[in-house]
Amino acid sequence: MNQDNKEPKLGIIVAGSLNKGIEVKLDGSASVEDVAVGRYVAIEGRRHRFLGMLTDVSLGVTDPHLTLTPPDTNDPFITEVLSGTSAYGTLHITPYLIIGGGASIIEGPQPVKTVPSHFSPVYLASDNDIELVFGKEDKDRFWIGNPLDMETKLCLNLPELVKRSNGIFGKSGTGKTFLTRMLLIGILQKSQAVNLIFDMHNEYGWEGTSEGSKRKVKALKQLFQSKVAVFTLDEENSRHRRVSTDFTVKIGFDEITAEDISILRVTLNLTDLAVEAAYQLQRRLGRSWLRQTLELSDEDIEDKLEGLNIHTSSLQSLKRGLNTISRLPFMQPHVDTPAVNELISYLDRGINVVLEFGRYKDITAYILVANLLTRRIYDRYRDLTEKAMAENTQPPIPLVITIEEAHKFLNPEIASQTIFGTIAREMRKYNVTLLVIDQRPSGIDSEVMSQIGTKITCLLDNERDIDSVLSGVFGKGELKSVLAKLATKQQALIFGHAVPMPVAFQPREYGSAESYRSFTDDAGSAEQAAKDIEELW
Amino acid sequence: MSTEAPQRAGEIIATSTTDFTAQCYELYQLPPLGSPVKNGDAELEIYAIVYNATTSSIEPGRHPIARGKDETSEEAIYHSNPQLEKLLRSEFSALVVGHKAGDKVHHYLPPKPARIHSFVHLCSPQEIRDFSQSLGFLDIIINSQLPIPRDELIAACLRQISRAYEDADSFLVLVGKRLAALLSDNFSQLSAILERIKQ
Repeated sequence: MNQDNKEPKLGIIVAGSLNKGIEVKLDGSASVEDVAVGRYVAIEGRRHRFLGMLTDVSLGVTDPHLTLTPPDTNDPFITEVLSGTSAYGTLHITPYLIIGGGASIIEGPQPVKTVPSHFSPVYLASDNDIELVFGKEDKDRFWIGNPLDMETKLCLNLPELVKRSNGIFGKSGTGKTFLTRMLLIGILQKSQAVNLIFDMHNEYGWEGTSEGSKRKVKALKQLFQSKVAVFTLDEENSRHRRVSTDFTVKIGFDEITAEDISILRVTLNLTDLAVEAAYQLQRRLGRSWLRQTLELSDEDIEDKLEGLNIHTSSLQSLKRGLNTISRLPFMQPHVDTPAVNELISYLDRGINVVLEFGRYKDITAYILVANLLTRRIYDRYRDLTEKAMAENTQPPIPLVITIEEAHKFLNPEIASQTIFGTIAREMRKYNVTLLVIDQRPSGIDSEVMSQIGTKITCLLDNERDIDSVLSGVFGKGELKSVLAKLATKQQALIFGHAVPMPVAFQPREYGSAESYRSFTDDAGSAEQAAKDIEELW
Repeated sequence: MSTEAPQRAGEIIATSTTDFTAQCYELYQLPPLGSPVKNGDAELEIYAIVYNATTSSIEPGRHPIARGKDETSEEAIYHSNPQLEKLLRSEFSALVVGHKAGDKVHHYLPPKPARIHSFVHLCSPQEIRDFSQSLGFLDIIINSQLPIPRDELIAACLRQISRAYEDADSFLVLVGKRLAALLSDNFSQLSAILERIKQ
């Protein structure tokens, strides 16, 4: 390989293995302080150019005496002579891709199957290298940020991204919401998919707040008026916040099924027997079981429940739980237009829907509504997709459902029951995928976690959370150190299906007038291009 | 290249493949310790580093005796005893560190030693710079068996060579790094040399 390297040379390869990574001895002129874990480096092998990520930095000495009797560091001459020679820095690099030479010339970047030979020079990766791997901003690729310490735009292939379920993780306050908002804009613009967002904290519909400066930032509806509809569960709160909503969601008692209650078992503090009772009552009393159960007086119990073998204490427990639900202000005995129909009609037209929860930040309301609506949508998408397959027609528009506090839906106890568990596991076939947002990924069922295609994670510092996010990833140990060293804000690591190799990056700016313009310009130019083509024909 | 005639330092009176000894024409006109000297002709030019110097009686059996009891200064002793200039001699030994065959400088021993009675010249700054473009000669000094401490010789030699460079500091840093690689397992020796060459 003989390519011009404009980036400075860091050092040469002195040892390594494919599994454990490569050791690079830093040149005397390069300082360990100028490099940081997470940076990309290019290795100029004899026949291939390799791209890897810097995952560890260490210091070494050639003679142990140097550490026992350190030299006089006040003397610049001695310090200069010894640095890089007797006392040197080493870099640990995990190789990921071959980007030049061999098959990669024709077929693009290939996963590494070998390591570069001894003494191959190592450079910081150039903008061209990154562009070669992640592509340029185009009709499919969305600019999500810049790789750490680089100017290049890091682009993500969004149609590819939404083919699988994805996850955004990170400790509270690390920028998950900003990242999600930006990614949703990307999906909205470039993926040909439609979003349904269960917006627990009212951050994605009209406007959100920036944590540091407490200033307001525009959200989806303000930027893409015609493509986004805001649904609300709490009309009064939305009005109070001056959000123009498109629909107020009310849920009828008869829309709630025993499955919905079963998922709320932990939140409502129900016993297993009480959940079982809900199923029995539903079977006996039909669609209006919830209302009838609530109306049951002590005298009726004997008559109505004859032969059902429900213990009175179980029934009392169940009734307590149902009362909690029925007291939620958006619950009504009967609703003429079920919210789900309205929701589906919007989604069918390709309009993204943000469902705001207003003041109902209680997890019961969130789980109940998200689960209930999603189950109906799931049924519909399954029918439509199967029909499309049978009749060889157009399948429905791919749908991405965004849920926050995902561990409440996808924890090992209920992941097998909730609709979200099913979607994460198999709904890819039916054009529905999830975007899960969570701060405790260790709480998510490992089976679901393993099905998540692309993971974007901000800083995590709990050992179990880190293990859970990185389970099954090549070079896990190395990525762990990168992940643990991310800045507390505005830095993230992305890896998985939609990216050829993991990247630590700084998300694109969001919140200034200029940033809004860059987002909407993208959309405008795409639309304009589409229009131009149409006119041409 | 300097067009000046090279300064003669002495004439070889003992020689071997690895070193030679030369006598100076004038008493005490010795080249400094560590200075690069050369010998030979255009066909084969031998480069060496002065590693030792002595001044002694020309006859091994006749030892110098003290003569200055009634003299007021050291200079007066020589003035009153002009024969001393003839009875004493100054010699220096130089370690062969490389040679130039044709236009090419090699940092290894020449195919044959210097000849007896051939002249030894001091190297010009340009020759020193040409010779020290590569620092392979340091190896020879480090691995040689000498009557004086090697650290002293290396330091003296590098100090002398650095004078031929305008930017002596950069040269010494470069050479220090090379030494650090050569002495990677012996930090105390390295540190002793560095202490002696820093400006």
